[in-house]
Amino acid sequence: MTTTSAPPAETATVPPSVRALVARVTGDEKHDPSAHSTLDVVWTLYDQVLRVDPRRPDDPDRDRFLLSKGHGPASTYAVLAAKGFFPEEWLDGVGTFDSPLGHHPDRTLVPGIEIGSGSLGHGMPIAVGLALGLRGRSPARVVVLVGDRELHEGSNAEAIQVAGRYGLGNLTCVVVDNHRAGEGWPGRIAARFDVEGWATADVDTRDQARLTAALRRTEPDRPTVVVVDTPQNLGNTPANEETA
Amino acid sequence: MTALATAAPALDLRTRFYEEIDPLLDAHPDVDVVLAVIGAGYMSRAIERHPGRVIDVGIREQALIGVAGGLALAGRRPVVHTFASFLVERPYEQVKLDLGHQDVGAVLVSAGASFDVSAGGRTHQAPADVALISALPGWTVHVPGHADEVAEILHREAAGTGRVYVRLSGQRNARPGPVDGRLHLVRDGAAGASSPLVVAVGPMLDTVLEATADLPVRVAWTATPHPLDAEGLRALAGPAPVLAVVEPYLEGTSAAAVAAALVDRPSRVLHVGVPGEVELRRYGTPPEHAAAHGLDAAGVRRRVTALLA
Repeated sequence: MTTTSAPPAETATVPPSVRALVARVTGDEKHDPSAHSTLDVVWTLYDQVLRVDPRRPDDPDRDRFLLSKGHGPASTYAVLAAKGFFPEEWLDGVGTFDSPLGHHPDRTLVPGIEIGSGSLGHGMPIAVGLALGLRGRSPARVVVLVGDRELHEGSNAEAIQVAGRYGLGNLTCVVVDNHRAGEGWPGRIAARFDVEGWATADVDTRDQARLTAALRRTEPDRPTVVVVDTPQNLGNTPANEETA
Repeated sequence: MTALATAAPALDLRTRFYEEIDPLLDAHPDVDVVLAVIGAGYMSRAIERHPGRVIDVGIREQALIGVAGGLALAGRRPVVHTFASFLVERPYEQVKLDLGHQDVGAVLVSAGASFDVSAGGRTHQAPADVALISALPGWTVHVPGHADEVAEILHREAAGTGRVYVRLSGQRNARPGPVDGRLHLVRDGAAGASSPLVVAVGPMLDTVLEATADLPVRVAWTATPHPLDAEGLRALAGPAPVLAVVEPYLEGTSAAAVAAALVDRPSRVLHVGVPGEVELRRYGTPPEHAAAHGLDAAGVRRRVTALLA
């Protein structure tokens, strides 16, 4: 059995105006892989999937999006600004002393940012706690985004196991697979979730219709993982500290 | 530990904590208990009466704290428990980020203390726990010395929103004291405020009273070493303090707070606690470890006497 939690899909393609906002954060017009690998997912979530209202960022029943992969927050900042959570002017001067927007986001400084992140492997266990706390008390969904290299952190394995054992139907994990995990994930990433009872979906970031459908799909008694494959030409640039 | 559901409340601090979980969940609808296996076997009544509110994440201590942070973000009040070594040391970055950096609260309740598990060896001993927690912003540390204090602290902090660390120990005092965060004078001296002062923290009180029974000192006590009651210390310490602080964990943990409180007075301060430079590679009993660390009555007496000389 599946349920849906958002209005019917229209076009989910990222508008050029939002791509321009990302460029405004990153400070150039080039494709910054760490920023753009998550843009399709984050835009689709906020445009097509999540029930959030920028006028009520503290609504206890809002859906929660947790950017666990806290570096490369440009796409999330751009989408939040585009959706009206804060003024677009905030996108100028990211990382400066007087800016609420840093290279890693801080939930106490930015409306719409649900967790402070940056150190890898913290979002998943927090998302599990959020889902446990909201389950049965709120219709809210919890969606947490991690990177394929972030999955190296053992804390994710703990969280995958706990979420599976507790059957958290209100939890979705999105793994953005940039193919950056140097030694790879033998037997594919989703298998790590599948064995713990999660519903799994593998989608290509360029297939907007499937991406939207996969992000909307939930099951009542088990968590869902959506592994989003990003184009090789975005993902195979040399690894550095800004990507995972 | 003794069996639960006896007529009289348990005297053992950890046992009393487990006994209080069921009434705590009754009294505070927003409280959830988060466990990493340890303790689950002692709160079956609470687990049965409050489905879903005792969350055992298994032996996964990173998830233990992360889940607590998420629960707090959902508006819940997590009470989190395991041994101090696995509650504070193993997931220390989670304590820093998943609670502190997210600006949410939780009540962390540890067992094991510095050497309750003396026969278990170093892996289960955490003398640095209070120092580690105190190094992070916004925490309150309670070190109760009596089971009644445990119950009072637990119910009060469950109703709050802050970040709280409660350190349970197998060592305890004969009588409960006031757990109001203040420093209390327990025994006065003939010379009043000019007598040296010995501050006992939590379960060290009875040991300090025995150690100093015939010494010309006053004895004060607190169950809340962090934040230290600086005002109370200044009121008791006198204009030229001669002071000993006796703590059941890493020696000098409160040194910076004491120094800050007395910065404008010429003072001599002795810190007595678990020495940090050498790992005691012995098993045996907690009293044997206390003696080896100079934390039994004889050891405390030696140190305080030297301060008075």
